[in-house]
Amino acid sequence: MTEEAIVDAVRKAFPEGVTIGGVAPRRIFARADRAIIYKLCEFLKNQLKFDHVSCVTGVDRIDRFQVVYHLSSYENRCVLEITVDIPRDDPEIDSISPLWGGANWHERETYDMFGIRFKNHPRLERIFLPEDTQFFPFRKDFKLGRQ
Amino acid sequence: MRATGVKRAVDKITTPIWSWSLRNSIFPLHFGIACCALEMAASSAPRWDAERFGIVYRSSPRQCDVLLVNGWVTTKLRPDLRRLYEQMPEPKWVIAMGECAISGGPWYDSHTVVQGVDTFIPVDIYIPGCPPRPEALLDGFLKLQDKIRASTKGRFLED
Ligand code: SF4
Repeated sequence: MTEEAIVDAVRKAFPEGVTIGGVAPRRIFARADRAIIYKLCEFLKNQLKFDHVSCVTGVDRIDRFQVVYHLSSYENRCVLEITVDIPRDDPEIDSISPLWGGANWHERETYDMFGIRFKNHPRLERIFLPEDTQFFPFRKDFKLGRQ
Repeated sequence: MRATGVKRAVDKITTPIWSWSLRNSIFPLHFGIACCALEMAASSAPRWDAERFGIVYRSSPRQCDVLLVNGWVTTKLRPDLRRLYEQMPEPKWVIAMGECAISGGPWYDSHTVVQGVDTFIPVDIYIPGCPPRPEALLDGFLKLQDKIRASTKGRFLED
């Protein structure tokens, strides 16, 4: 499938909640609502053959958090970047690790660093820092030199 | 026995033997944490050949007498490093190699790096540098030999 065909298929299946931000060779940029992210990913995996999640990470925009997904497809030869805004006072989003096992540790890392909770994650625990850590170091309001 | 001076006499004879054997068979733990571990590897390779001083790396803490800490210690590693130290039999010494092990190094104010090994393990020798050259590492081991020579007591007749 070409990039345009993928964009059309996504637009048709999700008339609301997904905005396509741009298309470049082998790249599609999209924004999605957090309510539909699991359904969107399910659709991408099962219908459009996006078989690999390269990265899941977080961004702190100070007034909100973002979760950024990079999904890639061997068959379509393209990478789809999905950005999801989530409010800062309720950082929670559906986990996509039931779909792709590879998202498991990425989501744990995002939880560890940003404190974003992933619902239905099989084991949402800290991955780098000790269990009793009280802070999330990649948040902008975390100050270095605290020791 | 102490009153008759026998222990003193025996100590006088055996102390140099204990000290000689201790300082010429320094077995550090083969435990590399970060980039300084590459210098540790280089120092035991043919060019510097640490083995000529009796420095042989062992993989089990039960067989070691030196804990060579070479790299930054994170808060997650700290309990395990302390356990390794406690698993080593006496007599034992600790060498802090490189800025990271001494004070946290370039990451001294990071959210997870411990500011120096001496905050939770007693350290005998500090080797500064980032990283210290293999010569500096060998020099640190020679300083440790001096320290062993100066501090060993007779251990043949323990009281
Ligand atoms: S002191 Fe320098 S070379 Fe050694 S572990 Fe730290 S950063 Fe690496």
